[in-house]
Amino acid sequence: MKVLEVKDLTVQSGDGSKVVSSVSFSVEPGERLGLIGESGSGKSMTALAVMGLLPAELKASGGLLLGTGKDAPRQIIGAAEKDLNEIRGRVASIVFQEPLTALDPLMKIGRQLSEPLRRWKGLKGEGLQKAIISALAEVSINKPERIAASYPYEISGGERQRAAIAMALACEPSLLIADEPTTALDVTVQAEILALLDTVVSKRGMSLLFISHDLAVVSRITDHVLVMKDGSVVESGSLTDILRSPQHPYTRDLVASAKELDNALAIAKNSGGI
Amino acid sequence: MTRKRRHSLPLIVGGTLVGFIALMALISIFWTPYSIQDMTGGRLGPLSSHHWLGTDKLGRDLLSRVMIGARIAIAVGFGSVLIGAILGVILGLVAGFAQRWVDESFSAMFDILIAFPTLLLAMLIVAARGASLTSAIIAIGIGMSAIVARLTRLLVKRVLAKDFITASRASGTSWARIIFIHILPNIWTTLIVTFALQFGFAGLTEASLSYLGLGAPPPNASWGSLLQEAQATVLTSPVAAIAPGVLLVCLVIGMNLVADGLRDVADPTLRRSR
Repeated sequence: MKVLEVKDLTVQSGDGSKVVSSVSFSVEPGERLGLIGESGSGKSMTALAVMGLLPAELKASGGLLLGTGKDAPRQIIGAAEKDLNEIRGRVASIVFQEPLTALDPLMKIGRQLSEPLRRWKGLKGEGLQKAIISALAEVSINKPERIAASYPYEISGGERQRAAIAMALACEPSLLIADEPTTALDVTVQAEILALLDTVVSKRGMSLLFISHDLAVVSRITDHVLVMKDGSVVESGSLTDILRSPQHPYTRDLVASAKELDNALAIAKNSGGI
Repeated sequence: MTRKRRHSLPLIVGGTLVGFIALMALISIFWTPYSIQDMTGGRLGPLSSHHWLGTDKLGRDLLSRVMIGARIAIAVGFGSVLIGAILGVILGLVAGFAQRWVDESFSAMFDILIAFPTLLLAMLIVAARGASLTSAIIAIGIGMSAIVARLTRLLVKRVLAKDFITASRASGTSWARIIFIHILPNIWTTLIVTFALQFGFAGLTEASLSYLGLGAPPPNASWGSLLQEAQATVLTSPVAAIAPGVLLVCLVIGMNLVADGLRDVADPTLRRSR
């Protein structure tokens, strides 16, 4: 039983060039999979394809089955928008890189959060207000009442990303896709958001597809990784295997640069620099 | 958010100018000094306590006629903006969502309609329906709808490219709902500014139509027909031309200032936080 099964996924742009070519992988319930690659490697397009959210000028082909348990797996590619809307948010949802643009600037946080809650749980009035506050509290937001009544530009970047995560979690999805969720944040906030994702994913027993260009970040939250380059998967396996013996030259570079940074940090620490 | 700008000077000045004209129009519905057809004074009578603005060449009270003119100008403003807004926003939304050649055909259609002189359009409509206030409103409204549609299309495309639309879709929101909760709220402030501007221009266009005899037929006294009647005697009794001319300028400048002021007030980043 799998939450997500991707078979030979190919994404082509209008001029025929392949953004993603023959990518296959699967995610088991409760599994955490990291997707690493540089920008332009096709990792974000893979994520959008999973949600059926590819831009109109891109065409996907291959197999993409999403669903588990009471939601029988459904083919995403070629599905009607109406059917996709039944899956989106409830079976899988996504957290984006930049929370400032991923939230409507003219809508209060509470109101944005109320949309999926109202739709999926049929809540209204008092019950809806309570659900909003508890959803914000779950992502460790202090003073959830204040945040709920604020516009996105009135709160901090970390709070915004927490609110965006709360929105993604609102319909209790089986799979959470996090597309570079910490890249736009500063380092201390980054660590907090990673810890938060770690906690909620374990607590809810969700699957996680974590997308990043940063091996160090991915290594802190997932146990299996997929390395993408130029639209193809060049290597996959458990994180420890990949760190110990990277096969593909690109992976070797990734590991080497991560280790270099580690060493530099260690030297700096020993000499009292940091 | 360093400055609060709830009341901008342009809005106050513009609002006063337009308010004055609107008040005149409102009063004219219930009361005018004389009936517009009554030849109560001498021909081309001077300004007097009986005829504040004098009389025209048939001896009709000019103030009464100018007041009726204000009513026509306001009616044309509301009527044509209503037609232009409804038609323009709907067409703009369709074009905004359309892709490739469909989108391009819509854009071409808007451009042709914008390039098409409103006077010529009005002549066609008058030829088909006869000269009346309604014909003028329809002609101006259709001409305006192209301008509104082109702007709406652009605004819609810009909002559609935003992450929060993708995020909203990712939580299963239908397109119809996205239009109402995300797209329209994000574009209406800009549209309102355009509507205000177009309201003023509609008055101006109606005046040119009436001047040419394509507007409201006599005895209705539009400012345009007043100007046309006053043309022959402008040297002997200039007030007959100055009064409607000044009011027309007040309406256009007033609505321009209102549009300017609305732009300042509507800017969400200048909005006061709670």
